[in-house]
Amino acid sequence: MSLLTTIFGRLIKAVLTLLAIAVLNFFLIHAAPGDPAAVIAGEAGAADPLFIAQLRERFGLDQPLYVQLWSYVKNVLTLDLGYSFRQGMPVYDLIADRLPATLLLTLSSFVISLSLGIAFGVAAAARVGKASDSILTTIALLFYATPLYWAALMAVLVFSVQLGWLPGFGYETVGSGYSGLQRTWDILQHLILPALTLGLFFMAVYMRMTRASMLEVSQMDFVKTARAKGLSGAVIRRRHILRNALLPVVTLAGLQAGQLIGGAVLTETVFAWPGIGRLMFESLEARDYNTILGVFLVSAAMVILFNILTDIVYRLVDPRIGAKS
Amino acid sequence: MSDPILSIDALTIDLPAGADRPHAVEDVSFDLSKGEILCVVGESGSGKSMTANALMGLLPDGVTVGRGRAVFDGTDVLPLSEVRKQALRGARIGMIFQEPMTALNPLMRIGDQIAEVFAAHKLHSKSERRARALALVKEVGLPDPEKIIRAYPFQLSGGQRQRAMIAMALALEPEILIADEPTTALDVTTQAQILRLILALREKHGMAVMFITHDFGVVAEIADRVIVMRHGRIVEAGLAQQVLETPQHSYTRALLDAIPTGRVPDLQVITAAPALEIRNLNKIYRTGGGVFRPAREVRAVNDVTLTIAKGEVLGLVGESGSGKSTLGRAVVRLVTPDSGQVLVGGVDLAALDAKALRQQRHRVQMVFQDPYASLNPRHRILRSLSDGPIAKGVPKRQAHTRARELLDIVGLGADAATRFPHEFSGGQRQRIGIARALAMDPELIIADEAVSALDVSIQAQVLALLADLRRKMGLSILFITHDLRVAAQVCDRIAVMQYGRLVEVGPVREVFHAPQQPYTRELLAAVPGAGWAVAPEAVSA
Repeated sequence: MSLLTTIFGRLIKAVLTLLAIAVLNFFLIHAAPGDPAAVIAGEAGAADPLFIAQLRERFGLDQPLYVQLWSYVKNVLTLDLGYSFRQGMPVYDLIADRLPATLLLTLSSFVISLSLGIAFGVAAAARVGKASDSILTTIALLFYATPLYWAALMAVLVFSVQLGWLPGFGYETVGSGYSGLQRTWDILQHLILPALTLGLFFMAVYMRMTRASMLEVSQMDFVKTARAKGLSGAVIRRRHILRNALLPVVTLAGLQAGQLIGGAVLTETVFAWPGIGRLMFESLEARDYNTILGVFLVSAAMVILFNILTDIVYRLVDPRIGAKS
Repeated sequence: MSDPILSIDALTIDLPAGADRPHAVEDVSFDLSKGEILCVVGESGSGKSMTANALMGLLPDGVTVGRGRAVFDGTDVLPLSEVRKQALRGARIGMIFQEPMTALNPLMRIGDQIAEVFAAHKLHSKSERRARALALVKEVGLPDPEKIIRAYPFQLSGGQRQRAMIAMALALEPEILIADEPTTALDVTTQAQILRLILALREKHGMAVMFITHDFGVVAEIADRVIVMRHGRIVEAGLAQQVLETPQHSYTRALLDAIPTGRVPDLQVITAAPALEIRNLNKIYRTGGGVFRPAREVRAVNDVTLTIAKGEVLGLVGESGSGKSTLGRAVVRLVTPDSGQVLVGGVDLAALDAKALRQQRHRVQMVFQDPYASLNPRHRILRSLSDGPIAKGVPKRQAHTRARELLDIVGLGADAATRFPHEFSGGQRQRIGIARALAMDPELIIADEAVSALDVSIQAQVLALLADLRRKMGLSILFITHDLRVAAQVCDRIAVMQYGRLVEVGPVREVFHAPQQPYTRELLAAVPGAGWAVAPEAVSA
């Protein structure tokens, strides 16, 4: 099958999957006790049943569940994510507003963990059994085992509070009025701690996987062939071993990439990062149905999108895939 | 003969502490002359590959050269630095390996892998490298060179990959070509082609070839001189004809005797009722297919009708892809045929549903090719042998007693029952595999390449065991093999398969001495050393 037909088929499946997810999410949300009307009324200090009923009528929550589901699905199909009564904004705008911050954080942590993880993995494999290999492997194990929130808090304590090198929270310095390059530099400084913290776990995973995979591939027959050709060790490692060893790493990277939107809730909370994760958390507490559903849907779309991208990357890296069938 | 191009003197290769012996190779000396083909023969563990690896500087970790010199063009190559060894490898000493399936990088195009040899030695421009790769692909006789250099290894057959390997090894016209069992994994006809190619290239380029093999047939085909190795030492060396015809050392004689010679047994008249009747069996594999294009069909078994009498051994021979294994698997119902009947003792196995099949499975048992992979490594032998009978309903105690008896019968002794598979050698495991098949009291045994993975001397022992068991127990066996000489030795009748069809069936003597079909003749002619192996028989007959 050609690449195009594969992608086409996958996209059709993706749309169907997404619809199913939307419906499931809808029921999940409504299964939770309480609704936005009750929360808003509670916060306003007016538990007046009439007021709550009015709110419900305004939000359409007085309708039977199937009617609400139908109107929700209709909206989703027209890419209308609804209106957040809580925030007083269309959900689409709300998400579009928060998305860049989250993507900046998760993408940079993705790139950092992937590149450093592979680099350290290659380095450890090249020195297998030596002291530097043990040190790298042990550090990776430590990162692997450290809970994210603890690492985040410690990073803030050490680098921000104690040493004062980097800002400990926020997306940029509030009220600084920076623009252009100055602003970029400011955001970059704010980005370093959360991006590193978020990337530690996956960096450790990539490193361990790359190392194991490199060692396995280096035992294979074609590596001996490469040596018999008179190639130098460095060329063999780069051209023959690494390329083959990266195949399982690609699979895992695809999994991580799927979490680019939903996977940063903890980090965003600790570092007060104004991203989707925090939006989701706040909306959950407020029973802001439309926003939660919107975030869920966008996250699901992201997972599916990156699954398709992973498959495409796989086919580009490994000529055997796709040609077999 | 001209001066030696390579002179190995008192080479000793040390194994790491804790190995089963201190030296992989001990005190080995030989010369290799320009344009000469030297065959190094020995069974697994004889140290024949280690010698070659030492020359190339490709010894495994922990294995080191202890003593000795290997003088190539006036220089001892063994103590050279890694960088200088790299300069030799590929450029002046080329090497090809046994497994064409795994010896090429699966993610790199064939052309790039050939061109890489020039890059490794910093020769030629990029376009020149490509042009030369194309020329090499042509020279080793690969079809459609333009397409081949853009192909990936998985798109080539085993024989084609081995040709590509040879193209790489020849790229810089090395003075020495080391070939480490290059044809062992190939079909007979492909093997014959590769051997012819190596001979032709030797003629053309005048390179010396060090050809490592376990197969005396190959030796008879191409060798000028022979070295026989055992336990890391050279036991015999000499001109090929001398060693083959008048072997001096008892080990060489034993090896030569162990080779199935193609000596054809007299026809035994078997009139008993059939143990297996295959009627019009078909199995089609469909791959690919979908909305956008039709499925590809491979007729693995195409309208095969075949009978095995009680007490008969029928050899099923053919090359890979001929459908012989699929036929064997269809008889045990590991694959379900599309149509046709498989009658064993009057029961049509092909028609049974899952439940009925489980009750009838014991009628046919299989002995597999790979003695290492076919036993559960976590189960003691006793359990491997008695699980089947117990599932069939035999009381546990009785199954265990029978298992011990069988281990005794196959020559391992009842004590073997409490041990694990890893404690046994390949030949011993195959005996266990046979015992396991016998434990089910089958009416028919399918031996699928059951001795192909074994060294010749071990092979001879296992074949002798099978012949013995057959005499004592009146076994009916479907013996699937690619090795015609093995088939000739143990079988009563031979069935030849090609492209899923039965090409020829007949008594061994007729098929071997008066083959009716061109394909059978082709197959027989391709057997390495055919003339040498069959000749003595022809004289005595």
